[in-house]
Amino acid sequence: MTTDILHLRAGQKIMADSASPNPSIPIGDAGQTPLFSRSDSVARQLNRWKERIIESLLFVAAFSSVAITLGIVGILIYESSTFFAHVSITDFLTDTMWTPMFASARFGILPLVAGTLVTTTVALVVALPIGTVVSIYLSEFAPSVVREVIKPVMELLSAVPTVIYGYFALQFVAPMLQKIIPGLPTFSMLSAGVVMGIMIIPYVSSLSEDAMRAVPMSLREGAYALGANKIITAVRVVYPAALSGIVASYILAISRAIGETMIVAIAAGMQPNLTLDPRQPAETITAFIVQVSLGDLPHGSIGYQSIFAAGLTLFVMTLVFNIIGYGLRKRFREVY
Amino acid sequence: MDDPQERETSKDMQSPNMISEIATPTLMKGIAEPKSEIETKIDIRRLNFFYGRVCALKDVSLTIPPSKVTAFIGPSGCGKSTLVRTLNRMNDVIPNTSVKGEVCIDGQNIYSPSTDVVELRRRVGMVFQKPTTFPRSIFENIAYGLRINDLAGSKTELADRIESGLKAAALWDEVKDRLKEPAQGLSGGQQQRLCIARALAIEPEIVLMDEPTSALDPIATQRIEELIVELKERYTIVIVTHNMQQASRISDMTAFFWLGELIEFDTTEKMFTKPERRMTEDYITGRFG
Repeated sequence: MTTDILHLRAGQKIMADSASPNPSIPIGDAGQTPLFSRSDSVARQLNRWKERIIESLLFVAAFSSVAITLGIVGILIYESSTFFAHVSITDFLTDTMWTPMFASARFGILPLVAGTLVTTTVALVVALPIGTVVSIYLSEFAPSVVREVIKPVMELLSAVPTVIYGYFALQFVAPMLQKIIPGLPTFSMLSAGVVMGIMIIPYVSSLSEDAMRAVPMSLREGAYALGANKIITAVRVVYPAALSGIVASYILAISRAIGETMIVAIAAGMQPNLTLDPRQPAETITAFIVQVSLGDLPHGSIGYQSIFAAGLTLFVMTLVFNIIGYGLRKRFREVY
Repeated sequence: MDDPQERETSKDMQSPNMISEIATPTLMKGIAEPKSEIETKIDIRRLNFFYGRVCALKDVSLTIPPSKVTAFIGPSGCGKSTLVRTLNRMNDVIPNTSVKGEVCIDGQNIYSPSTDVVELRRRVGMVFQKPTTFPRSIFENIAYGLRINDLAGSKTELADRIESGLKAAALWDEVKDRLKEPAQGLSGGQQQRLCIARALAIEPEIVLMDEPTSALDPIATQRIEELIVELKERYTIVIVTHNMQQASRISDMTAFFWLGELIEFDTTEKMFTKPERRMTEDYITGRFG
């Protein structure tokens, strides 16, 4: 190390650096006057060590999220394997009944998947149009004073605990919907989905607005210069240009809706029900997992193990949506 | 610099700090008017422009002749871009700006309340410093402007207009086989010509160009310059440029600005050979700026 330091000269720094990618190329000439004093070189060495430590700390931080994800997937797969030792995958995927608590237990995931998809669809029908319109308004039309108020208030919507939303769905939205749709049961996927939609509006509006605001002003000016007015510019130029970011916000909203638990557990009913009619009560995958975790089924029983299979299904579903979303984002990625 | 200017121009002034003293409003009269031209397309009368409370244009008056290339030159921040953007009211979209004075196109003040800004921008096309191609196909980029201006017509009419726009911008031969491909796949120079094609397709009378070649390489720049010279037969062109050689190559009239004021406006030939003002000469010969 000392000799290294002694040899350090302006032109040779790179050669002395063991981290140099190509140390065989001679740089500079040994006869050059040193530009750095000796103490300076020591400081540089120390700095390099500091850099390395910081770099590895950052790597550990980044890697931990990957490790945790892998750990979760590992546990899901391991625990589900005991379940799938008793129930065949074909039964799991094709059976139309989900009755793990009955004496003659049947484990067909379809009713839960249907419940999840229907509530999610209802939520998206509410959240995507409203969220998109709000984001267009906030990014293109709202005066900055209005935006400064509306945006944080909208974001508060996602800060409301979901339990509260659950009771909101049950006590307020369901009775209201019952007035519009006669015969609607108190517990229905519709009311749970609508409230879930309200909850995810800020996910859509906030991220979409960021994406649209990132569209450079020059693109808008290009449209204005052609005689476009504000609304045409917003819908035909800014929205498509920001589509990559907007799709990302949609995907986040979908993942959030699929994974949402409390609202559906409270307001959608807790009976597995294979139907695509949102007016019916049904149980989602997440709601079922809550139900079992509450202690209805003894630990170690096959019914208990089923939550891992259900969880795995949920994980695969969000994964699929994320992959689709990633593909869409790449497709719509615009260079401006 | 801020005290009221009443001194006469002195020929021996060297310091750029004294420039504002030269450009007093009284002195500018008679010089700002182009002497050889009678026809007027755009008449700018005592135009003042403010960003908030900062005055970016001070009492600018000049007349731009039709079917000619008029160049605005001057150092950065001199207001030349601001001025060109007032000609199609592009500054309207910037918050906290205000205008005082008149800009008359064919005798009509575009800042009068009755002006239809959309119609104005159809008549006064604009090309920006960086190509502002929309993230769509080449075809759609031009169709876009036609559609919003109700010029699209039938499918064949639309295709015809797109073809003539691309031909006018000397881009047709390069892109005719790939109209459906994304415009962003074109080179910078091609994208800029696409923006020109897009502006020309809606048949404007005036084309404003705000440093249209500053982001381009020399070959692309040359192509655009040739194009501008061709286009002046049919359009009135106003071009902002940092490049003095460019102004001398392609423009018929040149206006020199400094700190928001019009210093001198005359035929390009006169401006580049024997300018009236010492400042203009200093700037053009590269002694400051």
